[in-house]
Amino acid sequence: MKGYKKYYTKKIIWYVITLVIAVILNFLLPRLMPGDPVSAIAARTAVGMTSQTAIQKVYEDYVKAFGIDKPIYVQFFNYITNALKGNFGVSFIYYPRTVSDILARSIWWTVCLQLPAIIVGWLLGNILGAVAAYIKGAWDKAVLPVFLFLSNMPAFGMAIILQFFFAVYLKWFPASLGYGYDMIPNLSLKFIGSIIYHYQLPFWSIVLITIGGQAIGMRSMSIYELNADYVKYSRFLGIKDRKIVKYVFRNAMLPQITGLALSLGTMVGGALVAEMIFSYPGLGTTLLSAITGRDYPVISACTLIITIMVLIANLIVEILYGFIDPRIKAAQQE
Amino acid sequence: MNNLLKQVFRSSRFTIGFVIFIIMFITIIFYPLFVRDDPLAMIGGLFNKPGTYISVSDVLNTDYIDLKIDTSAAKLKSISIEDRQSMADWLVKFGNIKKSEININDIAALVKLWNENYSAAAAQTGLLYAEKQQYIRLNNQINKLINSGDQYIATKDDNGQLVEKDPVSPRAFVNSKDIINKKTFVLGTDNFGRDVLTELVAATGTSLKIGLVAGTIATFIGLLLGLLAGYVGGTLDDFILFITNLFTVIPSFILLVLISFSVGQSARGVMLTASIIGLTSWPWTARSVRSQVISLRNRDHVNLSKLSGHSLHKIIFTDILPYVASYVVMAFILQISSGILSEAQLSMLGLGPATTKVSTLGLMMNWAMQYKAPIAGAWWAFLPVILAITLISFSLNLMNTGLDQVFNPQLRD
Repeated sequence: MKGYKKYYTKKIIWYVITLVIAVILNFLLPRLMPGDPVSAIAARTAVGMTSQTAIQKVYEDYVKAFGIDKPIYVQFFNYITNALKGNFGVSFIYYPRTVSDILARSIWWTVCLQLPAIIVGWLLGNILGAVAAYIKGAWDKAVLPVFLFLSNMPAFGMAIILQFFFAVYLKWFPASLGYGYDMIPNLSLKFIGSIIYHYQLPFWSIVLITIGGQAIGMRSMSIYELNADYVKYSRFLGIKDRKIVKYVFRNAMLPQITGLALSLGTMVGGALVAEMIFSYPGLGTTLLSAITGRDYPVISACTLIITIMVLIANLIVEILYGFIDPRIKAAQQE
Repeated sequence: MNNLLKQVFRSSRFTIGFVIFIIMFITIIFYPLFVRDDPLAMIGGLFNKPGTYISVSDVLNTDYIDLKIDTSAAKLKSISIEDRQSMADWLVKFGNIKKSEININDIAALVKLWNENYSAAAAQTGLLYAEKQQYIRLNNQINKLINSGDQYIATKDDNGQLVEKDPVSPRAFVNSKDIINKKTFVLGTDNFGRDVLTELVAATGTSLKIGLVAGTIATFIGLLLGLLAGYVGGTLDDFILFITNLFTVIPSFILLVLISFSVGQSARGVMLTASIIGLTSWPWTARSVRSQVISLRNRDHVNLSKLSGHSLHKIIFTDILPYVASYVVMAFILQISSGILSEAQLSMLGLGPATTKVSTLGLMMNWAMQYKAPIAGAWWAFLPVILAITLISFSLNLMNTGLDQVFNPQLRD
């Protein structure tokens, strides 16, 4: 365990730096654009409002939260202190709800949907890919094009097809929302049942998309490993196929874990759009309604939260990678 | 070169991908030559079904021919399953018919039974007034279908009186070829009443353009940074690698959303969207080019070139670039397909190109979703678009894996 200390400290420091830069980008990008959109958005949002007190409150909150008249480094400092306190301002469209209140509700839906879906999809994809590489022949020939086609379908495409076929045409599952529209969230069995019932389509659409890409990667990695010299040598030695496959799988798995870390951002982006299709009450739907309503505080907070979530997930994957890859362990013990 | 092409096309995967792509490409180019309609012309209504629409007035003015076909049998098939079920329910409850005698799939027999037994005056205990009325309406509907006698066309004469022109018997037919005004919507119409097929072909073209522009920008930046980082090394390499790693971890989707939103609706054209996508998607290319260049850096021919005193750009262009060229082409192909996908995702969020002049695949999806096409059952408004996106990236990825197999012999089966 001692050997890992250096590795993990390095990783964590790197991620903290990344986080700082991500926060700066999140702050700076909208302000760098021509025409100072931040002020423009505040003005535009207030146009549709009828209540004078609401307009005034939004403006006041706005000036307070962003400090538009102050120099940019003061604005940034305010932004950081507010973000650390979990204060992202007041939503324009859901006035007077605070942004942190809105996000606190939606974030768990997204985490509970995407985390299991990506993990299950990743596992299934790797198993199917390894099996395809090992069995070869007709199975491989038939299954590979299906995987290829699946992996090239955009996540929202899969979501729409599942929604249309299973919800609208067959009416097996509900077409949208996270639970029955006539229910109030509580801990009754009926409510949990409704959640599980509504969970299926969004879940499987993300799983299917993930399977495709992972299976192809695993398949080519496994073929590469199966042709490696150590496999041939082990076969000559008469080591059982089962044991060899175990090593092959483990070796082929490592690049797949790195691949997962690298493609996590893309996956989450796709899954967020898939969430929108089902009006699932997560961050994707919140982001969509914020963009439609030009609700700048919500958009800014959403992008920040999603970035932080992806960074944390990446860090976890890298920490796990350190445990799994024997080379890292060896490097640390030198 | 010739040999290389031969080798590339021997890969069945590349060939299949190439053929799909070329077919789509040819369609994009030649379809507008045959169908000269404006792809964004609003001709139809909200989600008109696919099919040929013929002018009713033309039908009336065409000469009829009597065909000896029983038209009522086909018409009875239009009675919905729900109606058939409620007919069967009534017959079982109040018509003293056994359930086993009724087959709701045999509509002719069901209607016959219905006509023999149904009477609005029968005592229908347990039925609400509304339900009784429902059955009367259903009965009228069925009778109308069976007993459709001659219908009359009338025109107004000089005094404004309606004058009967001629009767149309239920068995009158016209030849559809004689009808001049007709319009075929192979894939129906979208929410604005635009012809989906024509729009789809135009949109695929625009999306491909977006992919090309985004892919070119991303590949150019990625190649430049990758070459510099890989060949020059040192602090520059550390710096570029740091930036690259940073942008692979920060989701490009989020950057896209932030930039697109900040740019504002008025400025967001097709080309700007493509440029934004290109500017956020280079890290992949930079990463892989860098690792390729590092493995090349210490080859003999590069060292020889260095000893001969060749300049930096000459070494990069003549000694390194040709070796990474195949890799760059593959990365470029992937960038095109991911660019098209990014545009679609952005547009679904309402951050795509803000234009009414052209259509893109993402915008078509966005409109279909805003008008709830899946719930309305209007499959033609979204399935072909999804299929088009999938086919483009499928063909491009097939080409990519095909090339990978050719240039990377270890992957060959």
